[in-house]
Amino acid sequence: MINNFTVLNLIDLDLKDHNKLNLKCLAGRKGLNRIITDPEINRPGLTLSGFFEEFAFHRIQLFGRGEMAYLRMLEEKNQMDSVEKIFTYNISCCIISHSGTPGDIFLKIAEESGCSILQSDLSSSELELRLIRALSDIFAPRKIIHGVLVEVFGIGVLITGGSGVGKSESALELIERGHRLIADDSVVLRSVNDNFLMGSGTNELLGYHMEIRGLGIINISHLFGVGSIRDKKQIQLLIELEIWDSDAVYDRIGTGDVHKEMLNVKVPLIKMPVKAGRNIPILIEVAAMNERLKKLGYHSAQEFDNNVLKWLESKNARNLYSNNSGIF
Amino acid sequence: MKQETVTINNRAGIHARPSALIVKTANEYDSEIFLELDDMKINAKSIMGIITLGANYKSIIQIIAEGNDEEKAVMALVKLFENRFEEE
Repeated sequence: MINNFTVLNLIDLDLKDHNKLNLKCLAGRKGLNRIITDPEINRPGLTLSGFFEEFAFHRIQLFGRGEMAYLRMLEEKNQMDSVEKIFTYNISCCIISHSGTPGDIFLKIAEESGCSILQSDLSSSELELRLIRALSDIFAPRKIIHGVLVEVFGIGVLITGGSGVGKSESALELIERGHRLIADDSVVLRSVNDNFLMGSGTNELLGYHMEIRGLGIINISHLFGVGSIRDKKQIQLLIELEIWDSDAVYDRIGTGDVHKEMLNVKVPLIKMPVKAGRNIPILIEVAAMNERLKKLGYHSAQEFDNNVLKWLESKNARNLYSNNSGIF
Repeated sequence: MKQETVTINNRAGIHARPSALIVKTANEYDSEIFLELDDMKINAKSIMGIITLGANYKSIIQIIAEGNDEEKAVMALVKLFENRFEEE
């Protein structure tokens, strides 16, 4: 989670076209440095009508067409008590959808209380959707991990392992082979709805660089083109590189699915021993393709074992018929 | 050379998991180890080889080892067969 996420940060959020919030500030500029503590939205309809029980004041207040119409009515009748009371709470900010413009009295009260009033041209439901999406992304639990994140055949593969085991070199060869780099060295993991992990680089300005021993720092997007990079990707496979240990027991079959839990999300894990003569990038490519096969419902190792079991079973049955001695 | 005869006592026969167990055990010894079923003789350190033996319930297998730790190797493998590969 980002600490101290302010209203100004919300306006400044760099979101893609279909996620833009189109916010601008109508009043209460000094409230722009208020900190948003809750990633949720409240519609203050009931509160405007004077019902203050369970008022979720710590949330962002979203004024839709209904709230705005009610507000106009209150202004006409000059019954602004509930509005004044609302602003006595420490509200992070109010957002008005449909480019609604409130009356001067409302803006004045907000200005005096130091709460910023933002406006957007989006519809309430669309705005709410985008806000929740953006905020849950910002408030998601996060963790920085030492590793390289690459996209291989559409699968987000996080390569980890000790220093000098060849993470960056393996990633570089994967990029050479037409796959994409998301982040090298430090990967930021965010748990989205405790459901999946999204990985990205730590800093957009410094992204897509790699440090390769002997070469120094290289710029991947300039060297390999814009097709070789990607800004974020779900982590679907974890590969732990380790120096080959002749005493260790490595998975030889692959039916026992191993997972690793990070930020409460389980990710399939492959422990890959590194040794001269083992071409790690190609092994990672195959692991990614195998992972895709599994997602399509075909588990190579299990299918193989099932076929062996069927074969042995049919041999048993044949024996039972041929020599009536019986196996039961 | 050390040789021992075993019968497969687990219903499922030698499928992937028991095969992995055999290879894991065999790899702990330096000796050359072979499994023999009918006319097939395969290296006990090869997973795919052992699976393709197609050793089903009540098959009789010869364990053959040759090397400086052949006695121990055969003993360990016989024990594995006797324990039904920790199945059932």
